[in-house]
Amino acid sequence: MTDNMGANMLRNTLRTAATAAAASASFAATAAYDVDILPPASPIAQQIYDLHFAILWVCVGIFVIVFGAMFYSVFTHRKAAGAKAAHFHENTTVEIIWTVIPFIILIGMAYPATKTVLEMKDASNPDLTIKVTAYQWAWEYDYLQDGVKFNSLLSTPRAQIEEWDKKGEKKNADYLLEVDKPMVVPAGKKVRLLVTANDVIHGWYVPQLGVNQYGIPGFVKDTWFKADKPGTYRGQCSQICGKEHGYMPIVVVAKSPEDYATWVKEQKAASPAVMVASAAPAGAASPAEDPNKKWSADELKALGEKLYAANCLACHQATGKGVPPAFPALDGSKIATGPKGAQIALVLAGKQGTAMASFARLSDTELAAVITYTRTAWGNKAGEVQPSEVKAARKG
Amino acid sequence: MTAAAHAQDHAHHDDHAHHPTGIKRWLFTTNHKDIGTLYLWFSFTMFLMGGVMALLIRAELFQPGLQFVNPEFFNSLTTVHGLVMVFGAIMPAWVGFANWLIPMQIGAADMAFPRMNNWSFYLVVPAAILLVASFFVPGGAAASGWTLYPPLIIQQGISIDMTILAVHILGASSIMGSINIITTILNLRAPGMTLMKMPLFVWTWLITAYLLIAVMPVLAGAVTMLLTDRHFGTSFFNAAGGGDPTMFMHIFWFFGHPEVYIMILPAFGVVSAIIPAFARKPLFGYASMVYATASIAILSFIVWGHHMFTVGMPAAGNLFFMYATMLIAVPTGVKIFNWIATMWKGSMTFETPMLFSIGFLCLFTIGGFSGLVLAITPVDITLHNTYYVVAHFHYVLVSGALFAIFAGVYFWLPKWTGNMYSETLGKAHFWLSVIGFNIAFFPQHFLGLAGMPRRIPDYALQFAEWNMWSSVGAFIFGFSQLLFLYVVIECIRSGRKSEQLPWEGADTLEWTHLPTPAPYHTFETAPVVK
Amino acid sequence: MGNAPTGGYYFAPPSHWPLVGSAALLVMAFGGVMWMNSIGGGGWIFLAGLAILFYMLFGWFGTVIRESEGGLYNKQVDLSFRWSMSWFIFSEVMFFAAFFGALFYARVYSVPWLADIDNKLLWPEYKGAWPSAGPYLPPQFTAMGAWGIPALNTFLLLSSGVTVTWAHWALKVGNRSQLILGLAATVALGFTFLGFQIYEYVHAYSDLNLKLTSGVFGSTFYMLTGFHGFHVTLGAVMLTVILFRCMKGHFTADHHFGFEAVAWYWHFVDVVWLLLFVFVYWV
Ligand code: HEA
Ligand code: HEA
Ligand code: HEC
Ligand code: CUA
Ligand SMILES: [Cu+2]
Repeated sequence: MTDNMGANMLRNTLRTAATAAAASASFAATAAYDVDILPPASPIAQQIYDLHFAILWVCVGIFVIVFGAMFYSVFTHRKAAGAKAAHFHENTTVEIIWTVIPFIILIGMAYPATKTVLEMKDASNPDLTIKVTAYQWAWEYDYLQDGVKFNSLLSTPRAQIEEWDKKGEKKNADYLLEVDKPMVVPAGKKVRLLVTANDVIHGWYVPQLGVNQYGIPGFVKDTWFKADKPGTYRGQCSQICGKEHGYMPIVVVAKSPEDYATWVKEQKAASPAVMVASAAPAGAASPAEDPNKKWSADELKALGEKLYAANCLACHQATGKGVPPAFPALDGSKIATGPKGAQIALVLAGKQGTAMASFARLSDTELAAVITYTRTAWGNKAGEVQPSEVKAARKG
Repeated sequence: MTAAAHAQDHAHHDDHAHHPTGIKRWLFTTNHKDIGTLYLWFSFTMFLMGGVMALLIRAELFQPGLQFVNPEFFNSLTTVHGLVMVFGAIMPAWVGFANWLIPMQIGAADMAFPRMNNWSFYLVVPAAILLVASFFVPGGAAASGWTLYPPLIIQQGISIDMTILAVHILGASSIMGSINIITTILNLRAPGMTLMKMPLFVWTWLITAYLLIAVMPVLAGAVTMLLTDRHFGTSFFNAAGGGDPTMFMHIFWFFGHPEVYIMILPAFGVVSAIIPAFARKPLFGYASMVYATASIAILSFIVWGHHMFTVGMPAAGNLFFMYATMLIAVPTGVKIFNWIATMWKGSMTFETPMLFSIGFLCLFTIGGFSGLVLAITPVDITLHNTYYVVAHFHYVLVSGALFAIFAGVYFWLPKWTGNMYSETLGKAHFWLSVIGFNIAFFPQHFLGLAGMPRRIPDYALQFAEWNMWSSVGAFIFGFSQLLFLYVVIECIRSGRKSEQLPWEGADTLEWTHLPTPAPYHTFETAPVVK
Repeated sequence: MGNAPTGGYYFAPPSHWPLVGSAALLVMAFGGVMWMNSIGGGGWIFLAGLAILFYMLFGWFGTVIRESEGGLYNKQVDLSFRWSMSWFIFSEVMFFAAFFGALFYARVYSVPWLADIDNKLLWPEYKGAWPSAGPYLPPQFTAMGAWGIPALNTFLLLSSGVTVTWAHWALKVGNRSQLILGLAATVALGFTFLGFQIYEYVHAYSDLNLKLTSGVFGSTFYMLTGFHGFHVTLGAVMLTVILFRCMKGHFTADHHFGFEAVAWYWHFVDVVWLLLFVFVYWV
């Protein structure tokens, strides 16, 4: 527990109480009391939906019958109503009946479920394959046939989230379910996902598409979906993956095949500079980038700040103070103020057994920029790093 | 031989006539009733601690945004809440019941190994200290979820090592406790107390003890591998070295699923004692109850994969685990039906233990049904790691295991303390609990269906309403437990004296052959059971 | 048995030993945690805890031995001991099962999976043949062959199973000298086994480059053999204690559960070794 958390708790308790009062007044008007699975948007999701409701109603039926009997008994066979206890305590026939009937009901449930399982597991003959790599805390989408590759990160501003010592800003409608660059797929096509992870286990979960697949570091697992129609489908990481687990949403935008084709063209045409400017780190292998270009310190720093916010801030914090001891401060850190080589090496390789992962997926220019930023921001005055130096370190 | 007999008499005398008083009585005790009491108070303390963590979780989730805790600390709260409730609250409570009741119900004077019994208890204390102290070490307490999955857990700090060693110690405690229980049941029954005459609580604990012996060592093995992966460079769970994080899940859930039945089988036993007593009618289908319990236990070893439908097992694996899991509904159903048949044509009264048992019956079944929904692989795909799962397991654990614990405490309090609790307050506790509990956890089904993941400190706006209800319910439920504490203390200190047989229909040995309250030593000569 | 089951059953009086044992484990846990995380003094604290643990073991077992020799344990108590030892050994079986499970899982699932077609995306070069150190660490180690020291060790352990049984026969017919001879031979064989195992580890580290860090092969190899070796050590120490007790004249032809418990344990360790020999070294 951090020091000021106690004080925060007190303040926030009061504020929460006030909100509670206000909220309950305006409840009926705005409330979203969903009691249902989200509308399915793929054939598998549709089957899941149907299965769920079939089973739910069977269970409700059993519940009503069984507990109907019990409550009947509770009301009529009570001592207060003058009931005298019977003495029976065995009956093989009924025992057999109530063993066999549930068994038959279960077979009735298992049959359609089996069909869906087999279909779900059959990822063969896809129209399109996307490799999904989970990072703490971003999704990387690599379109294996189309040669498009980018990262997708939460785009909700921190100021809407953090309310520890202030009232948060007004929240976006898609608060926590919005990303800078969604996964784009063609509607009506079978999309195969090859899911893996870089650091810890994550879960690629989009309920409306009927997909929930762990990404397991070092292993590739496949799954698939086919979006019925164009639209935007949202989900979240489904497996606890560290402190920002609640902040790695997934957005899938299904477009008509034509729109999808246009989108692919645009992505390919876009220069890495554009991607970088949107603060979405591009893949390491952006062909158009020139690692031998010499950048000015200010250029690097400006670019680096964006990249820092996207990639490093979650752990090392905007202030550079980190959250010691779990996440060390970069402000004044020995490595971020010491020789360049050591820091380049660390950020490239990460540190085994800690949350500090390898950032080799960033391009040379991007790495140079973000490292420059950490070496010159806050109180640090260690000077810039050029892409060529990163390139050299990568080779070495 | 006569000398030996003499020594025997002598020891007998020493042992049974006096016991130390004051704090030494509690520290050095080898008396099963004292140890049972220690377990029960320990469990309740841990329940409050775990409950306070739960309330912090619910406070943070009261509305979207981060108000009280940071995400890292939130994850620690979730993790330690789970660990403390499972290993600190529910399991020790059942061991407490076992200690108090098993010797009395089978006509034995004590547990087979009284000294080891003491150690079983005094091992859970260091484990609890390690768990709780881990909040205060650099880096904060374990924040990986109670399932301790690598590689996340490899990344974290010192607290993980403390958690791992706590699990080792708890394992040692559970294994010794189970061996003690098994030996007591198999070897110390009174003449005439055949296996098929034992009260069901004894049966369920016998089977539970076997589950414990079979799975606690496996958990110990799993966390040992975590430890060596963390500190000694092994690669069990590291793909780069040829291992697999999924392997941990398999080993963990091989333990984990039987573990959930470890928490629920004794509850079945307690309910099987209470319902006949208040229906004034013998338990329906005794033999099938025994067989059903055994079937559940056996099946529990082959269903673990239902926690892993989303890791990408081959279709055959998914199907196998789905079918096996669904099968458990059959023996569990048998139990539910038997209890209802016991009530049928009885002459029922509804004192607090009976109320909690009926609450257990309805709400546990709801939890069982949501379990069945989760067992359907495709449906689990859309519900895995959402609040639907959280709702499921709180229905089986809180309104299942915990309600049965409450029922059992109210039922046996007169036997334990000699005093009667306040029926009015007991009933108030029941109604507040049922209402608070359902407000807290029923909406979580809806949250899960709408796709809200678990273990997140903050959520999208469409989840706000039900979360608010859930938090309100949690606070109602939580604070009603203080009433329970009050009822128990009041009963001990100033309760009205209980009659010899406070419950008309109770007919096991502890009621029929022993005074109320049960004296410090019982059955020094074994009763004869017809 | 005959008499009413609980009549004359010995129930231990209040004791401080359990508490001492718990204190020991608490100290050891804290020391161990500090040690593993290189916090100063951790190792010493751990050792202090271990010392307390030994103190407790001496005290507790001493009490048990006195009670036993004092004739406090009747037939029914003896039967309790038998049940408890059997189930304790069962729990150990399950402990080993976790590690064997890891070995089978690695060989049957994870290593082949890592080399399958989808995983070519991540590990293009990996072939996945066992023994393997995984796709990332180059497998420059040599696996330990079965027919050198391991085969010799198999022979040693099997012989020790025979000698302990021989000693048991002697105990049952009251032949003290054969009992002591048999036990002493068992202890000697046990310690020789351990000596060879230490030699084997040194050899693995210095000549074969087979280390704890050699991927999943090294992990399972050392975990299984090491955990087994730890059990052999415990068993050998317990056998030694029994040997001394025999020399002091403890146990009678029909009352010697302490002896039998250790013998059972020893046989269990023996069987585990056979499994190890087959699955770790041989196939
Ligand atoms: C006491 C604890 C307890 C109990 C008894 C159960 C009982 C069951 N559980 Fe549950 N479960 C947990 C504790 C428990 N569970 C916990 C803690 C988790 C989460 C762990 C984590 O991830 O942190 C979990 C998670 C969990 C999952 C994984 C969900 C996920 O992570 O995606 C699944 C999936 O199959 C499941 C299924 C079941 C089933 C089928 C039963 C069955 O035993 C239920 C059987 C009962 C009935 C079905 C009702 C009565 C029967 C009848 C009236 C007969 C007629 C009925 C029919 C014919 C339908 N449980
Ligand atoms: C085993 C039993 C058990 C019990 C009894 C409970 C009890 C409760 N649990 Fe929990 N829970 C689990 C087992 C249990 N839980 C497990 C295994 C997990 C999964 C962990 C994981 O994901 O890894 C979990 C997770 C879990 C979550 C999900 C967290 C997340 O995913 O991030 C939530 C959220 O609502 C929750 C809530 C509650 C609540 C409100 C209670 C209430 O019943 C609590 C009642 C409250 C009290 C008893 C408090 C009483 C005290 C006071 C009123 C204050 C008095 C103060 C003093 C005396 C000092 N639990
Ligand atoms: C998942 C959390 C996380 C993210 C994201 C992260 N780091 Fe780190 N970082 C860590 C941790 C943990 C350490 C401490 C490692 C150790 O124990 O030595 C660390 C250490 C460092 C250090 C060394 C500090 C010191 O003095 O020891 C530097 C420099 C650094 N990180 C830079 C970066 C940069 C640049 C980025 C973004 C491109 C980044 N980190 C992203 C977790 C993270
Ligand atoms: Cu990524 Cu949770
Ligand atoms: Cu389960």
